[in-house]
Amino acid sequence: MFVAGIDMGIQTIKIVVLKDGAVAGRAKAHSGFEPTKAAEQALAEALKTAGATRADVALVFATGSGMEMAPDANGTVSMMGADAKAGVHLYPDARTIIDVGAEEARAVRCDERGIMMDFVVNERCAAGAGTFIEAMARALEVKLEDMGPLSLKAERASPINASCVIFGESDVVTLIHRQESKPEIARAVFDAMADRVSSMVHRLGVNPQVVLVGGVAKDVGFVESLKRKLGTNVLIPEYPEYAGALGAALIAQGKAKGAKPQ
Amino acid sequence: MTEPQKEYWRWEEYHRVLSEGNWKNKDLITAGVDVGSVGSKATIMIDGEVYSWAVRRTGSNSPDSAQKVFDWALENTGLKPGDIKYTVGTGYGRVNVPMANKAITEIACHAKGANYIWGPSVRTILDVGGQDIKAIHCDETGRVTSFLMNDKCAAGTGRGMEVFADLLKIPIEDIGKASLNVEEEPPPVSCTCVAFAKTEAIGLLRKGWTKEKVLAAYTRAMAVRMANLVNRVGLEKEFVITGGQSKNVGIVSRVETILGVKTLPSPNWREGGLDPMLAGAIGAASLAKSLYLKSKGT
Amino acid sequence: MIVHYGYVDGSGEYFIVVDTDRCNGCEKCVQQCPQHALELVTEFIDLEDKTVVAVTEEHRKKILYTCAECNPAENMTPCIVACEKGAIRCIWKPL
Repeated sequence: MFVAGIDMGIQTIKIVVLKDGAVAGRAKAHSGFEPTKAAEQALAEALKTAGATRADVALVFATGSGMEMAPDANGTVSMMGADAKAGVHLYPDARTIIDVGAEEARAVRCDERGIMMDFVVNERCAAGAGTFIEAMARALEVKLEDMGPLSLKAERASPINASCVIFGESDVVTLIHRQESKPEIARAVFDAMADRVSSMVHRLGVNPQVVLVGGVAKDVGFVESLKRKLGTNVLIPEYPEYAGALGAALIAQGKAKGAKPQ
Repeated sequence: MTEPQKEYWRWEEYHRVLSEGNWKNKDLITAGVDVGSVGSKATIMIDGEVYSWAVRRTGSNSPDSAQKVFDWALENTGLKPGDIKYTVGTGYGRVNVPMANKAITEIACHAKGANYIWGPSVRTILDVGGQDIKAIHCDETGRVTSFLMNDKCAAGTGRGMEVFADLLKIPIEDIGKASLNVEEEPPPVSCTCVAFAKTEAIGLLRKGWTKEKVLAAYTRAMAVRMANLVNRVGLEKEFVITGGQSKNVGIVSRVETILGVKTLPSPNWREGGLDPMLAGAIGAASLAKSLYLKSKGT
Repeated sequence: MIVHYGYVDGSGEYFIVVDTDRCNGCEKCVQQCPQHALELVTEFIDLEDKTVVAVTEEHRKKILYTCAECNPAENMTPCIVACEKGAIRCIWKPL
């Protein structure tokens, strides 16, 4: 039986197709100006990888801030619910799931079944989300993908403003003028990000195991700083940005048990 | 952005002595020193009346900046440091003013100074700095009754405005006028977050909006944010705007429209007036007088 | 004097508001705060130094997270309940 999960992210759409409960296909696309169309194309791509047609899919569930625009979804799930489900599926001991995306971040506390118990969200503010790192990378004139490895070379960092992207950018420019090294400035950026995200997580309580998902989880610089700030180990799945879509697909799976394909 | 952060105004250092001041028969000489993150100011008062003042850029060493601006205010007055009966220091953060008898928070000094510059009718002050916004409500004596500072978010600050000046390639001193150069006021941008508003603005430019229209939409959103903070402390006439954004006509006119209240105009130092950037130092010198009298038991 | 500690950003407005005229520095709210976000400070008021409560510097720019557990939007928070002078209140307006 096939099911699919669609995460309609603000910047990127992610699709996960499950076959009998196991991941059979993944795809992503830029949301762009026509997110519904982009999602359709990505869904087709993921289904092809899974060896399925649209008609084979029993249920499609959508999540993400643009979930209402998902093509032909049978239902929607909250991002928090999707994250919790995916987290526990990937790591059965997961109890705190942190999801850092391009424009939003959230943390979820869940039980052993992946049911969400409490959550906290950072939205409508770019600080503490991927946009923070992107903006600082531009100010530093470093490619986004190079920021992480660069920061790992530093042993110290001068603190920069973590509460606002614009103020953080000013601080980075000041550090550049003070001729601090690029690795140290990059590390300052990740420390600031980690500071903001960990403040959010502390509100829930840091219950092990802690799992980090979302696009920003791929950034080694951020992961290092976050581990330091939280003082705990942080587990990161192989495809962290697909966690939302995976969770939606798993929830679809649960609902579809017994249903026949159309 | 590769240039160091510029303060909104064109910074000019100057000092003045009022010729009418005659301190020789007066005893009650006090001083106020305000060390800000960008500029340092000092005022000498005789019996609570401003006699001389100085404005300089703050250097990397704030006690040194305090000393320099204090000395400059004294220059050409014929006064010696020993003639000053009481000095109050104020400014950004835990600033160190070495010659001060007491340090007082910049809010108390700013309100007192506004009361001096505009008179006892001032009740509401919106101070927009480079990286923060302060809303102050005070009484007829310049005593603060309600206060709010927002320094967590760039929306509405000078820095937030610079981001758009850079994006649209409009010189910062023209940004106010440019934002008013629209036939019809567009709706405000939907994101108050400056980082997201920037992305929204790029989208609007692609849709064919003119720079001025985009700027108008953004300025409107920033003015809404500022008006919101003023309402939190309670808007009451007379209302004044101080700080860098007070020179942005696009901001001032929109804040006035949203709140339904006109601001009092700011004196111009080039015309011999007391520039509102001196409010902190003036308030400090004024409080210095009150504290001195209190110490004397009067 | 009414002092607002907290911030406004794209997600809403969040303030712990202290009335320094009413505050007598008894510290009951400081003791009740589960996040240790309150402390006594010296404020210059009416030409005198008065000891009153304030939100610590550390928490002012993240007050949304600090206070979320006590949920000021819906509850009488422990600090408000502890104050016998009505000197502390919360403004909580998420968008």
